[in-house]
Amino acid sequence: MATATRRLATLTGGRRVDPTMVIAWTIGTALLVLVLVGSYRTLASGHYTSGQWFDFVVFGLAQGGIYALIALGYTMVYGVLRMINFAHGEVFMSGAFSAFFLADFLERRGFIAEYPVISLLLLLVFAAVVSMTIAVVLERVAYRPLRGAPRLVPLITAVGASFFLQYTFRGLFGSGVRVYPTVPLLEGTTFGIQTKLIVVFLGALATLGILWAFLTFSRTGLAIRAVAEDREAAALMGVNVDRAISSTFAVGGAMAGVAGVLYALVFAQVQFFMGFLPGIKAFTSAVLGGIGNLPGAAVGGLVLGLVESVGPSLFLDGLGIPAAHQLKDVIAFTILVLILIFRPTGILGERLGSRV
Amino acid sequence: MRRALTFGLIGAAIGWHLSLVGMLEAFAGRWLIGQSLSLSSVLLLALLFSVGYLTGRHAADGRDLATTAVPGLLLGCALWALAFLVSGVGLRHIFVAASPALPGIVTFGQGPDVGGLLLLLAIGAAVGLVGGAANWIPAAPRRVVLIALAVTVLVGLLRDVLSPLLPSVLTGLLYSPRGGLSVSGTFIVFGLTVAVPFVRAMTAAQLGGWARVRPAGTWRQRQRALRVLTVLLVMSFPLWGGIFLSNVADFVGLYILMGLGLNLVLGFAGLLDLGYVAFFAIGAYSMAILTSPELGALALGFWPGLLLAVAITVLSGILIGLPVLRMRGDYLAIATLGFGEIVRLLVLSDWLKPHLGGAQGVTRIARPEIGPLVIDRPQEYFYLILVSCGLGWFLSVRLRDSRIGRAWMAIREDEDVAQAMGINRVTAKLLAFATGASLGGLSGALFASLVNSVIPQSFSILVSINVVALLVLGGIGSLPGILVGALALVGLPELLREFQEYRLLVYGVVLVVMMIWRPAGLWPEETRVRELEEAAEEARAMAPAEMVATGQDGA
Repeated sequence: MATATRRLATLTGGRRVDPTMVIAWTIGTALLVLVLVGSYRTLASGHYTSGQWFDFVVFGLAQGGIYALIALGYTMVYGVLRMINFAHGEVFMSGAFSAFFLADFLERRGFIAEYPVISLLLLLVFAAVVSMTIAVVLERVAYRPLRGAPRLVPLITAVGASFFLQYTFRGLFGSGVRVYPTVPLLEGTTFGIQTKLIVVFLGALATLGILWAFLTFSRTGLAIRAVAEDREAAALMGVNVDRAISSTFAVGGAMAGVAGVLYALVFAQVQFFMGFLPGIKAFTSAVLGGIGNLPGAAVGGLVLGLVESVGPSLFLDGLGIPAAHQLKDVIAFTILVLILIFRPTGILGERLGSRV
Repeated sequence: MRRALTFGLIGAAIGWHLSLVGMLEAFAGRWLIGQSLSLSSVLLLALLFSVGYLTGRHAADGRDLATTAVPGLLLGCALWALAFLVSGVGLRHIFVAASPALPGIVTFGQGPDVGGLLLLLAIGAAVGLVGGAANWIPAAPRRVVLIALAVTVLVGLLRDVLSPLLPSVLTGLLYSPRGGLSVSGTFIVFGLTVAVPFVRAMTAAQLGGWARVRPAGTWRQRQRALRVLTVLLVMSFPLWGGIFLSNVADFVGLYILMGLGLNLVLGFAGLLDLGYVAFFAIGAYSMAILTSPELGALALGFWPGLLLAVAITVLSGILIGLPVLRMRGDYLAIATLGFGEIVRLLVLSDWLKPHLGGAQGVTRIARPEIGPLVIDRPQEYFYLILVSCGLGWFLSVRLRDSRIGRAWMAIREDEDVAQAMGINRVTAKLLAFATGASLGGLSGALFASLVNSVIPQSFSILVSINVVALLVLGGIGSLPGILVGALALVGLPELLREFQEYRLLVYGVVLVVMMIWRPAGLWPEETRVRELEEAAEEARAMAPAEMVATGQDGA
């Protein structure tokens, strides 16, 4: 017995075994076994054709691209302020929602059918501007007065701001679902894939590329990176910290606005509560890739989108769970909790592991 | 002057916001004084007063005072512009609240013409000036007058609730038959609320010498009398309150219970649990499964069901607590939020429908029986909930003053230091989760029995936000604060149906405004205030270096 304990101690590098970790690992292993068994049984049963799997993957990638765009906003804000901008999902919603009115207007004038590319770009820019404005105002009004407060304080403020925005939109525009006009150009299929999914995925990639270029080459991008690395040092080097933080929110907001329009293209509807789930999922993506880590957020978004799209059919179906697609959000939340427990630094690692 | 313009613009934004989310129109039907002053007008007047007050906060002379009319004028213009837009252009297809009635409401009944503009400007300037001048009144009487105004508004608001309770003579005197207070009633209420503190201050001054002889004795006696009176009022509440008020009180009680539970986790141990609704749901569903004949063949009685439900919730608290123990702060909040949603989604799913009832929920939950007496009316549940709240309160007080309570507070202040001082982090946090969960589960089980059914819609994230908001309003960690928070955030919206619609909007504002303006809450707990002050001092000590640097433009 004593030797076994000693052996265990040497195995774990001489540290004491944390009982909570033992339990956590047990639960984790059990879940992994379930996933494997489920996947095996689904694949063995041959329920789905390869064409269906292909569709799942394509949809997952498009959805993942959207998550990646939102996740970047979380990750960038976390990078400079070390806080979770809980209201970021609402910033996303506000872009999608306000672009609806422009889309509606353009459709009535027949503009969308006539110049689909221009109207799409218009929508994207409009949503980006609205989301950017809301994100910047949010930072100025709700977060800036609270710098240096205990960590719980800005978090509670963010939760409050999130509900304020949600119910403001509900009051302003009603609680019903609004149906986005369809873009005729994006209906139908290209190479056997729904055209709109291709456009959404490419659009997300292009936006990610623009963000990368912005952060790498522009002066503002440099300032943002400097503040994220070390706020005090950046301030001493003459970086205007307030302005850098504002621009972080602006950039994150713009990305969320773009994501909002892309989301509306895929799901064709907007509603005041629509920001909640994508917000949480994007946060999951950010954590998955390692919060504070920009490429990590993009990768995390794509991975989460894929798992969520493929997962219910792949491993829940095989376990004999009826209507497995109802549980796709459960999968996302479970991944979130598991990642936070086992690898809070994410797949690609974060710079601030001790902060967790 | 810049200050005046800033506040004017902020006020204008708030005014537009209030109008366009439909709040003003919803409140316009609630008359406060006869049919001449509605709640929406009072809201606008309060807004005008506030911008004037804030502009003139450091007013030194008459010239400064004159500028306090500027934000009022600006706000008046903005409101008129809004009225003009709504009536002229018609924004209804975008803004659902921009109804034809709105222009009349924001212009105090005048409509968007020249007369309306003049009236708005006059009112704006006058009220703004009054607000600015209020800065010159010494703080103590200003507070008395403001409180008296608030009480008058409240008494007017609660007309429908209060008038059946009061003797008809008093009702006839106070309230106007057409709605709201009568003119004489307004003066009586306002006069009394102003007079009481003044008289008290004057008698205290007159009796100065005498009071010094036995100050402690009389003070204690008065305290005791007050306490006895409160207890009597609360105990007899269902007798004079009637079924509607008892129902409202029951819900307030259930939220107080949840508030007490979350307070153990968030207030004492400093762990923000955004998925607290999970425990409420687990308690309610355990009760349903154990007692309802619809599911399974258990069909236990109320009391064994209640005990088992609480035990199950405690267990689930430990189960949820174990994996998230290693997280802190924001990660913990999001992870618990995830748990809360997982619970709700599982309950809603078809997969667990045979066991949990799916979207239709479960009905026919057991009612409590004491001997031959069956408790099934809200008035009787009131006592059950009252006893539970008393139990929760007792538990909270005892835990707070115990060794484990001090351990929690140490963890709240600094987890690493607490651990270094020999506090077992794992046990302390698990205990917080378990005891917090038990109260949430108790509340859930009582809720299930009270409404006699459970449906998944009752257990959304909004419940968690509700509980967090009531804690924040009263003061995180403060027990009396929970009462204040629950009465204001649960009781008031239940009493006034037009508040229901804007409940969550108001919660959002409460969370933001309280955190910025008064993070310790309305009824703060002492240690918490000290912690916040220390943090602020630290931040101030760090600030100068940064400020010097950020003063120069770079980037």
